[in-house]
Amino acid sequence: MEAWIFFKRTVRMVFVGTKVYYLWCAFLLAIIGVGISFYAKQLEAGLIVTNMTDQVSWGLYIGNFTYLVGVAAAAVLLVIPAYIYHFDPIKEIVVLGELLAASAIIMALMFVLADLGRPDRFLHIIPVIGILSFPNSLLAWDVIVLNGYLVLNAIVPIYILIKTYFRKEPVKKFVIPLVLLSIPWAVGIHTVTAFLYNGLAARPFWNASILAPRFLASAFCSGPAIALIIFQILRKTTGLKIKNEALFKIAELMAYAMFINLFLLGAEIFKEYYTGTIHLEPMKYLFQGVHGHHALVPWIWSAMAMNIAAFLIFLIPGTRKNLVTLNIGSLLIILGVWIEKGLGLIVPGFVPDPLGEIYEYLPNINEIAVSLGIWAFGLFIFTMFMKVAVPIQRGDFVHSKYDKAAIKPQYERIKP
Amino acid sequence: MKMMSMGTVAALYLGSSACTKDKVEEFLQKNFREMSETEKKQVIRRLEETYLRKYGKKFQISTKRAEAGILWGYGLDLSRCIGCRRCVYACVKENNQSRVNPQLQWIRVVRLKKGSLINLENAEHYYNPETVPEPGFMYMPVQCQHCENPPCVRVCPIKATWKEPDGIVVVDYNWCIGCRYCIAACPYKGRVFNWSEPNIPVEELNTDVHYLGNRPRMKNVVEKCTFCVQRVRNGRYPACVEACPTGTRKFGNLLDPNSEIRYLIENKRVFRLKEDLNTEPKFYYFFSA
Amino acid sequence: MKIRFLCLFAIIAIGMPAFALHHDEYPVLMPPLSEGIFPCSNCHAGLEVNAKKRELKEEHTNIKLHHAENNRWCLDCHNPANRDQLKLANGETINFTESHLLCGQCHGNIYRDWKVGIHGKRIGNFKGGKKVYFLCVNCHNPHDPKFKPLKPEPPPIRPERSHGR
Repeated sequence: MEAWIFFKRTVRMVFVGTKVYYLWCAFLLAIIGVGISFYAKQLEAGLIVTNMTDQVSWGLYIGNFTYLVGVAAAAVLLVIPAYIYHFDPIKEIVVLGELLAASAIIMALMFVLADLGRPDRFLHIIPVIGILSFPNSLLAWDVIVLNGYLVLNAIVPIYILIKTYFRKEPVKKFVIPLVLLSIPWAVGIHTVTAFLYNGLAARPFWNASILAPRFLASAFCSGPAIALIIFQILRKTTGLKIKNEALFKIAELMAYAMFINLFLLGAEIFKEYYTGTIHLEPMKYLFQGVHGHHALVPWIWSAMAMNIAAFLIFLIPGTRKNLVTLNIGSLLIILGVWIEKGLGLIVPGFVPDPLGEIYEYLPNINEIAVSLGIWAFGLFIFTMFMKVAVPIQRGDFVHSKYDKAAIKPQYERIKP
Repeated sequence: MKMMSMGTVAALYLGSSACTKDKVEEFLQKNFREMSETEKKQVIRRLEETYLRKYGKKFQISTKRAEAGILWGYGLDLSRCIGCRRCVYACVKENNQSRVNPQLQWIRVVRLKKGSLINLENAEHYYNPETVPEPGFMYMPVQCQHCENPPCVRVCPIKATWKEPDGIVVVDYNWCIGCRYCIAACPYKGRVFNWSEPNIPVEELNTDVHYLGNRPRMKNVVEKCTFCVQRVRNGRYPACVEACPTGTRKFGNLLDPNSEIRYLIENKRVFRLKEDLNTEPKFYYFFSA
Repeated sequence: MKIRFLCLFAIIAIGMPAFALHHDEYPVLMPPLSEGIFPCSNCHAGLEVNAKKRELKEEHTNIKLHHAENNRWCLDCHNPANRDQLKLANGETINFTESHLLCGQCHGNIYRDWKVGIHGKRIGNFKGGKKVYFLCVNCHNPHDPKFKPLKPEPPPIRPERSHGR
């Protein structure tokens, strides 16, 4: 009975909101619609509608997937201070951070699905029904850890939210172990994703031991940056109280991660350029261009500039503690890491191909439309999560037995 | 009432029509290695019907197993290859590869400058002179090397590709989900992808096929050289061996001490590509002159 | 005594061909003789043998010998007494289907490789069926053996243009 009341109320909450909310949802739904139509075209004609070829057989979809796994892993950066160091200002936003991670994982899984040639054969990858080549295939590992992380990041917030809804304290003995488990698991998902690329002798650009540490470092930069921006938006639109202290602590931890990110990149660059073997070619293609092919050069240098600028902003306490510069820095690092770990990692791995051929890959409208559609879908899901979770966190949306006569809705209705 | 019953009849009819029933059977099909003999026969029958419907031709689909005591090996005489690409197109014809959109070729001939052995960074794939061979260059065809330690097999998340007992690395086209991890893993660019529904001129179809080899594929699955499994398991030379006008290509059973391939390994100076990757290819390059 | 001698004679008589003219048999293709040219004895049986090295003016003018032509000419390989056969260095005569023996006299290394299949071309079945080995002359014109350059088949479509772009 309560479940039905809950359901009715969530439906009402989701459909009622401010003008900005409606515009935002309409905007996202439009992009999702466009994405779906392009994906339908891709399902019909085959992956030939993309710019991928036998030479560069992974592109924008897998680049986005890699980036989003990093974003999901970074939710743990919020968990660590809250639960390990008992830094209370962060505790209130952990649930929202974990829901962000869940949305990111959903997006990542959707990107993999979009990239699959035969998604109609998805049954083949389910253990027992199909065959999951565990432990040989890193993709099999990835399927297990990503779905496990999704479950973990769904159970914990949902449990805490339900308890809050019932105005009860979450049972620490249940929550804390799961939360603590999610820390190594978060490191695990991004390590497994890194190993996916790492374990290929055929691709010397990826076959470097430093790849997994680089992934983690960049994940801990970009993920929390997205969280920072989202929490500020939530603060403004829902009146959720998030202390500036929490944001600045996250930013401080991000500064360390950014330094490590830049340092590890520098180590890679030294190794390839100084030794100067044939394995330099992919990095040279990325940073300088090779044989007249230089499509990625402006992208990677912009990313470098953005990453360094963001690092400086986050390093200097003055700019870190100023919300304006903090937000600029966050945007810079989000974009910079997206370029560097998305396209800037996937494409050079395939250039030159194992027989020395160079094919310049840049995504086409199909891939861009489907990618934007999936991003919009993820943001939409996250918006829906927040629409329900924030009122619960705030204490406004509670079990009906605590209802007074009329509960004022927290948002204005749009006047017709 | 009438509408409902008509609707039910229509649904039943559609449900039992060959097309949808085939699709359901294909959806529930197991991995080839897990099929029993009866299941294999069912699958073959269904495929033969599908091909007959689609192309109007009767296909002979073999599921012949590997024989014991055989490990297939390949030899390629780099002193004789003139880069004429007759092998590429003979393979395309024999193995029912898509001709255009996408154009799939299992063999790729690269042109290398004389003076440095295998510097693939300077390989030219698109040479198109009036005549071959061109002075100052040598030619090297590359295809799936059928490694004994194949990285593609290791990375496939659903075991859609595996190494058969006679050494041929094969793909179950009905099991592949098209993730293309194997293409990323292959150091030799042996594998190609059907980016769309293959385009094969019906009159050029080869109807003598093997389930794991040259039967017509579908869109969005991976394919590659299978050492002409439909031929070699019946004791015939692969199509590329027969097509070569200069006798560059050699094929045989590595476990047979009297085979051509064993003779050339023991008496000529053979090497394999990218041996430092420890993939143990069974494709031996050599120079006889 | 007489019977013993007869037996010995019989053994030698039957055994002789086995010792003297035995060559390994290979399942070779037919040699690529021009249309209607064989048997050569149709013309040559009635012609006189002129063993003088010269350029032929009346017949076989399409054949320009470009194969160690400074050291020999037609009748060093073709049997002057019977044009349906070829002549080895030791005087032995062989059929056109065994011409590899003739080539092998000078090209020993290649002949050794050809016998085991490393040089040359084999098609058909390598096991359990019809084997077809190409003779030397099935690939190399014996009068002008060097391969002429071929027109190559088209290169693959470039990936930039491969998806109907």
